[in-house]
Amino acid sequence: MANNRIPSGPNTPGSQQTPTQQGIKIFIQRDYSEGTAVKFQTRFPPELEDRVDRQTFEYTIEKLNEHFEMAETADCSTYCEGCLACLTAYFIYICTETHYEKHLRKISKFISTQNERVYNPRGIHLTDPILRGLRVIEITIIDVANCQSPTVR
Amino acid sequence: MRSRRVTRRWEVFAGRNRFWCGGRLMTAPQPAVFLLTLALICGTCALHFAFDCPFLAARVSGAVPAAGAALAATTLAALLRTALSDPGIIPRAPPHEALATADHAAADGPPAARPPPRAREVLVRGRPVKLKYCFTCKMFRPPRASHCSLCDNCVDRFDHHCPWVGNCVGKRNYRHFYLFVVSLSFLCVWVFACAVTHLALASRGAGLAAALRASPASALVAAVCFLAVWSVLGLAGFHTYLAATDQTTNEDIKGSFSSRRGVSNPNPYSRGNPCTNCWHVLCGPLAPSLIDR
Repeated sequence: MANNRIPSGPNTPGSQQTPTQQGIKIFIQRDYSEGTAVKFQTRFPPELEDRVDRQTFEYTIEKLNEHFEMAETADCSTYCEGCLACLTAYFIYICTETHYEKHLRKISKFISTQNERVYNPRGIHLTDPILRGLRVIEITIIDVANCQSPTVR
Repeated sequence: MRSRRVTRRWEVFAGRNRFWCGGRLMTAPQPAVFLLTLALICGTCALHFAFDCPFLAARVSGAVPAAGAALAATTLAALLRTALSDPGIIPRAPPHEALATADHAAADGPPAARPPPRAREVLVRGRPVKLKYCFTCKMFRPPRASHCSLCDNCVDRFDHHCPWVGNCVGKRNYRHFYLFVVSLSFLCVWVFACAVTHLALASRGAGLAAALRASPASALVAAVCFLAVWSVLGLAGFHTYLAATDQTTNEDIKGSFSSRRGVSNPNPYSRGNPCTNCWHVLCGPLAPSLIDR
């Protein structure tokens, strides 16, 4: 993705890694090429080369981006939601979740299934971006010897 | 023994905001001017309902107090929502993420030897946009975000820190702020018109001096509304223009999208059509709070 004009070092522009006690962490950054809506870069981080194939990884990120795109689409239902909230002096937010929150729930579910089926067996753990303020997708490479889901929060 | 209670992110929040009611409500550090706003609106409305409304309900129509009440309720609800909700705070990066950003940025030299650069450039819809590094929040600010020095947070789609509502105005509460400004200008005009009508009807037989003596509260209400209405109407017009062009006050003040040396510099966030912009800014899906309230 050519939208990131930083001098290229040993790491790719799309991802950054840092070793911690829990394993190596890779960060997938936001892609602002189409505006400020939530979208993540689909560039494949080379650190994952021998663990996941490119298509699987890209499928996950693209699916995630699709979910976020749906969450950010303004349609009649979000308009009605806003009007209803306004009419009830915003008390409706106490008892119902918003259009966006419903999609966030779906996203969390999608990430946990992907972790369970694809990533955790290969020693990788994806952190739900909402836990990182929608700034990054944090990918942790866990030690393959004791391949368990870490308690990352 | 570890307690089973989950610590929520707002509880370990690093900014200066204060949280109330289990994190459901939040306020900026200095609420004094907000309390003044609240007192002015409530006081003027109380005088209106106590002195003008009974007279006008009897002489004109019973709908007068009803319309006033509806306007006042909308204004207060929008004000409280703007003041007490999360404006779109972007939580600070945890140390390992900050380290990765810094390491990455200093990738040319030995790791951690250089400070992270102050900005990097990305293309947004083909236009270059600078992302500044926030040394407090330890991240590159997303486009349109800015750090509020009063609240000590980065706020997404930062508009301005409004002392009158005692909160930042940003991505999550701009629509409520806009509704507040618009309903307040309607309320101002309405209350002023009612006070003037009251005085005019009362002075018909007896003269203006007698009417003022009979109802000095109406004169006070009319004066307050007359002074307030100009700035409020101006603000409503200004924010209508901003919403129609999808700009923020911050960008407007900085002249982010004004043409430089004859070269046009269009706003990359605008959808091109004033109605679509308003629709997205004011009626789009409400973004979630990122500080887990």
